[in-house]
Amino acid sequence: MSNRRINWYKYAAPANFYPRAGKIIPFFAVPAVILFIVGMYVGFFVAPTDFQQGESYRILFIHVPAAWMGMFLYVMLAIYAGIGWAFNARLASMMAQAIAPTGAIFTFISLVTGSLWGRPAWGVWWVWDARLTSTLILMFLYIGFISLQSSIDDVRRADRAGAVLALVGVINVPIIYFSVQWWNSLHQGATISKNSFKMAPSMAAAMFLLLGACWLYSIAVVLVRLRYIIREREQEAPWLAEVAA
Amino acid sequence: MFSWLVWRDLILAWRRRADVLATVFFFIIVTSLFPLGIGPERETLKTIAPGVVWVAALLASMLSLGRIFGNDYQDGTLEQLVLTPQPTYLVVLAKVLAHWIVSELPLVVIAPVLGLQFGLSENSLVIVIASLLLGTPVLSVIGSIGAALTLGLRAANVLVALLVLPLYIPVLIFGSGAVQASLTGASPQAWLLLLAATLVVSLVFAPWATSAALKISVE
Repeated sequence: MSNRRINWYKYAAPANFYPRAGKIIPFFAVPAVILFIVGMYVGFFVAPTDFQQGESYRILFIHVPAAWMGMFLYVMLAIYAGIGWAFNARLASMMAQAIAPTGAIFTFISLVTGSLWGRPAWGVWWVWDARLTSTLILMFLYIGFISLQSSIDDVRRADRAGAVLALVGVINVPIIYFSVQWWNSLHQGATISKNSFKMAPSMAAAMFLLLGACWLYSIAVVLVRLRYIIREREQEAPWLAEVAA
Repeated sequence: MFSWLVWRDLILAWRRRADVLATVFFFIIVTSLFPLGIGPERETLKTIAPGVVWVAALLASMLSLGRIFGNDYQDGTLEQLVLTPQPTYLVVLAKVLAHWIVSELPLVVIAPVLGLQFGLSENSLVIVIASLLLGTPVLSVIGSIGAALTLGLRAANVLVALLVLPLYIPVLIFGSGAVQASLTGASPQAWLLLLAATLVVSLVFAPWATSAALKISVE
């Protein structure tokens, strides 16, 4: 058993990670594109029209995966930032920095598609619904993380300050979520409940295909960004000159 | 050490009274802008009063966050304080307490007067004071995390707002919820208890995060 253990320390070194990441990116990027195309096809041509919402419900195929990714990536960001801070692992901190823009983009997509969906489904672009509000706040947390990191010039301080903020944020997410929910139930008038509809198998299939596409896309794009961050931070390192040559 | 640090910060603040007064006047001006922007109808003003008072308190306390550590950071005192054998946790608590007395307590005192402008009843005014008393320490202690993280950065003031305001949201909801409940005749007890719970939890955990952030910033 013991000789089959992966040597994490080896791959935690940017010099070993950088070339390997470059090799595995296509294995995530290509399936992401395939899943995206298949998922879009199933979503638009196979899944039946919803009897309540008509065609407009199809936005959920991109909306739901984007919202999930937005939340999940924030947790991943906090975990990586925490590992980077606690164990002084450079690569984990770089990973957190690489995840942040992707997570923010997914959160933004889920807000925009949610608003586009809200117009036909609820008749308004925006409601102060608990879920919408807490997604908006999640977006603010991402923006705070990115702007804090980008305004600190010292890389080490930026990583660790970002880690403190991400961890404080991740503890706060459930508190914010519940407070928003209670606040929402106080103002009953404004809430509009989502039409609950049973999902046909092909609808679920389309959604999970696109969820898979979002996953693989995230991994691929984070690795690409991570490689750029490594190149930027390790400019002076001799191994980089070898790899680049 | 604890009481000495609080006392020292209070004396320093007393010698710069204008800074403290500026925060209070900011609070007054912001709350007075709302009736001018919205119109003098009594009923409308009454319904927005809880939110206005609380949002203004949030903004006013955010403005003063830079003062918790800013001056000590610039003249190097903060570095010495972090190096002392006493836990940084206590240093943070002392500075937060001083900041609360200097910058937040005046807001609590002045808030009922502003509430009168909005036509709140006496019962609601008591709730305004109670909710602010429970909520403003949370603003100070959570704000101290943001203040510590942004020490010595470019555009630190704007950055603090970005970092801290999302974390203030639960306090805003609970605080204005309590006042709103008292307006509609419901019992504000649940909201006040939630505020108290937030206060206890944040007093225990936030100074720890702040001391971690301070150590990162003064390194």
